[in-house]
Amino acid sequence: MFFKYMWARLSSSGSKSLLLSTVAISLLAVLLIGCRQSSGALLTNGGEELFAGRTIEYIIPYKEGGGSDTWARFNATFLTRYLPGNPVVVVRNIPGGGSIKGANLYSQRASPDGLMILGTSGSTQLPYLLDDPRVKYTYQDWKVIAAYPNGGVVYCSPELDVSSIADLKNIDEKHRLMYASQGPTSLDIVPMLAFDLLGLDVKTVFGFRGRSAGRLAFERGEVLIDYQTSAGYLRNVLPLVEEGSAIPLWSWGVLDENRKLVRDPSFPDLPHFGEVYEQLTGKPTEGIEWDAWFALMSAGFGGMKLLVVPQETPEAIVEAYQQAFLAMRQDTEYIERKDRAIGLYTQEVGDQAEILFELATQISHEEKEWVKTWLRQRYDLNIP
Amino acid sequence: MLEIVLQSLSSLLTPEHLIYLMLGVVLGLIIGVFPGLGGIAGLSLLLPFLYGMDEESALATLVGLVAVIPTSATFTSILMGIPGSSSSQATVLDGFPLAKQGQASRALGAAFSASLFGGILGAIILTFFVQIARPVILVFGSAELFMLAIFGLSMVGALSGKSLVKGMLSCGFGLIVGCIGAAPATGEFRMVYGVDYLFDGLPLVVIALAIFALPEISDLSRKGSSISQKAELGKGLYRGLKDLLQHKWLALRCSGLGTLIGAIPGMGGSVVDWIAYGHGVQSTRDKSNFGKGDIRGVIAPESANNAKEGGALVPTLLFGIPGSGSMAVFLGGMVLIGIEAGPSMVTSDINLTYTIIWSLAIANILGAGLAILLAKPMAQLTSIRFNLLTPFMIMVISFAAYQATRDMMDLWVLLIFGLIGIYMKRFGWSRPAFLIGFVLSQQAESYLNMAVQFYGWEMFLRPGVVIIILISLVSMYYSRKGAVDENSEHSGKKLKANYRFRPQLMFMVLLIVIALVSIFDSLKQSFLGGIFPLIIAGAMVPAGLWVFYFLLKRDPDQGVVFDSEQLDESPGGSVYSVVIWIGIYYLASQLFGFLIATLLFFVAFLALRAKTSILQTLTLTGVAVGVLLLFNYFLNLYMPEGYLFNLNFF
Repeated sequence: MFFKYMWARLSSSGSKSLLLSTVAISLLAVLLIGCRQSSGALLTNGGEELFAGRTIEYIIPYKEGGGSDTWARFNATFLTRYLPGNPVVVVRNIPGGGSIKGANLYSQRASPDGLMILGTSGSTQLPYLLDDPRVKYTYQDWKVIAAYPNGGVVYCSPELDVSSIADLKNIDEKHRLMYASQGPTSLDIVPMLAFDLLGLDVKTVFGFRGRSAGRLAFERGEVLIDYQTSAGYLRNVLPLVEEGSAIPLWSWGVLDENRKLVRDPSFPDLPHFGEVYEQLTGKPTEGIEWDAWFALMSAGFGGMKLLVVPQETPEAIVEAYQQAFLAMRQDTEYIERKDRAIGLYTQEVGDQAEILFELATQISHEEKEWVKTWLRQRYDLNIP
Repeated sequence: MLEIVLQSLSSLLTPEHLIYLMLGVVLGLIIGVFPGLGGIAGLSLLLPFLYGMDEESALATLVGLVAVIPTSATFTSILMGIPGSSSSQATVLDGFPLAKQGQASRALGAAFSASLFGGILGAIILTFFVQIARPVILVFGSAELFMLAIFGLSMVGALSGKSLVKGMLSCGFGLIVGCIGAAPATGEFRMVYGVDYLFDGLPLVVIALAIFALPEISDLSRKGSSISQKAELGKGLYRGLKDLLQHKWLALRCSGLGTLIGAIPGMGGSVVDWIAYGHGVQSTRDKSNFGKGDIRGVIAPESANNAKEGGALVPTLLFGIPGSGSMAVFLGGMVLIGIEAGPSMVTSDINLTYTIIWSLAIANILGAGLAILLAKPMAQLTSIRFNLLTPFMIMVISFAAYQATRDMMDLWVLLIFGLIGIYMKRFGWSRPAFLIGFVLSQQAESYLNMAVQFYGWEMFLRPGVVIIILISLVSMYYSRKGAVDENSEHSGKKLKANYRFRPQLMFMVLLIVIALVSIFDSLKQSFLGGIFPLIIAGAMVPAGLWVFYFLLKRDPDQGVVFDSEQLDESPGGSVYSVVIWIGIYYLASQLFGFLIATLLFFVAFLALRAKTSILQTLTLTGVAVGVLLLFNYFLNLYMPEGYLFNLNFF
């Protein structure tokens, strides 16, 4: 009925030829594009001009303007410069579901040709480790090219009258410790669990958007304890420390080549969390509680940003990327701009990247169950 | 201080700086013209190029771009009734009726001079404010921010049309839709029903386009005529300028309001225009003309929205906390350039801050100047037969909506809420009230939660809170002395004597059902996660039943009874035809991808509905596809992919 009617309308208005020509045009377009797409599969076997004339899609599962985006855009420039054949590197942001959407899409789409790379972050690792039902990717499908660690510093208000770590144990009744958190399954799980492990009575208030909102609450005096990632701390909290309105307590520390937590080279004077844990609880840094925190910390900070490609990607391509990262470290422009654009840490490749990747994406069954139980008991949060 | 100001002024007025500023301005104007694309898209496509530039030029380009987007977003708000950006929504209410009356140029003239005025005044206020901004901003704790959200909601009174109950219900509906996604207090997911798309909540751009643009497009396309009923378009720019001078105090107040609200982190810029508009209504004695083309309804939001961008710079620069979506990208751009936001921006780097603030002012002058030059030719659009523009408008808003989360669901949500918007307009449910509720929902809930946990009941004793409560009460009092009816084009017309009342009832039932769904969902959540939607939806049900009762009584003299389809003089054509066209368009996009679907849609729509000649059809289709390819290839914006093909060219 409908078609008959449509056809009659078409004939009467003399548009039949028009429709036909449109169909022809669209077929042509499809053909053209088909050609373009199929030509994408012919990557040669690692000659010098591996990527000549190619476009690399650098997938970032976060919004434009955030930390991951800045990291990617900074790297994109130097990848173009140092990858063989100087390919165009386009950063493609696929935000959604706190990075789950983009990572899912990547795991469906990416072919092992090095033309599509994914930059993950702590909030890509955490839901994967805690079995978020929306996660359809697995890190076992991926191989790491480079890993970029991050750190953070916990600080408190001078109102608390804390001059050493030990004083944290005896905070008076008047001062209720509260922590401004972005949510129980966000990166804030690391400080939240840290406070609990130390036996500090910290009440968590959820609903803050971004770490900077928490810092603002601290500056307003609404919360008395807070943490910022390294860059945020140096930029916005250090001035407060200098004027005496914030006291640094400890850093998360960084992971060394022996997979141990050591002091953060950016904050050599601050104890790392392991030291604080030992001092305040009298327990050594082992056991299920510590291991669970360590796993989360590695995923969130120790190996925060991971640049990955599909597992089957040929070694030559991975090597080309690694060489590019090694080469950019010598670039004067890179050296000049890196600290301000992405932070103080080294972008690791090779063995150290493998270690960070491993630590950031693995959690034992026991540790996982322990974290889930803790989330359930402490925050009434049920994760299947 | 004067010395620093002069010093930064001199570095500002170098030819190089001005050229890059101009580059940003031109880019911003172009992006801003396309509804829904806005600052985020503009900045994102600038980001890849920023890297190669030196610090000063890159900054100038960024500022130029941010500054003028609200200026050129005015074009579609006034000419088409489609909000060009989230901060030009309120302009539609009076700007579009003016365009329909053939006074597009006057409205544009007033809007651009108001933008200019607001932009410059904002910069002047900032010059002094920036020194004391840190402590002032820190005064606004979570309790104050919650009360500010309530103050924003109080504007609903002024915008609820003939029936206050329906206005409140619309607002409640908006609040509930805003609750979809993660609960701020606990992180639990509400009303998501396993749909991945809903986990992040619905995007504002999509909802705003759906609620305002789609019903307008549908209406205009039905009428088939041109937007403007009168011929004389070109004149009136000068009159618009005189209008501004006549209402200078209103513009002054609204600019101040815009700057301050923009400067408060966490308020977000999306309600500034509504608050300014509401203030315009409240502070005017004779409100009868609002909603029908009162020039003050254009001046108030337009002077506020440019000033807002300046205000939003303050938390961005001083605290590294972006005051709006476009500021987030701006901040990212700054980091890439190598400028670190933070406390040093008022101490050692104060000259940089002044350079930014004054670049903003100059960008506003350039932007408004160019926009005024463009006003005359752009106003001609209102004399074109609308069905030639319809496919373009549909394509552009669909494309823009897709940029929100780059998911086909963006388009389907656009269509679904477009349909809801059509019904709201038809049955006299205030769409601004809905939107205000939607925008402020998350904010109201999360700040309430924080405030209660931080301060308990003492929050109501805080001086800031008390002051804002008083302001809100005054605002509510003045609101009720006459509310703006966005359906005022129908005022004076009577419902048919034998009107069918079932459609209205059905829509009311739909709202009650949505409230019930929300109640059931809330009961499944923990106390903190469910209490907010529970209270809102719980209040909606009795109010809804009350309206239901009045609808059943079928007394057309009651304010609640309204159906624009069943007036004495009813417009012809089907309400649904455009919706069906769009539905088919999206189905085709889902299958073949957006580009091919657009091609097919244009040819079919133009040939069958607009009945253009073959040459015209081909030309217009060619232009449309060209625009899409331009967006895709040069501006790195993606198009929806089809199941069968993926036609993104880079």
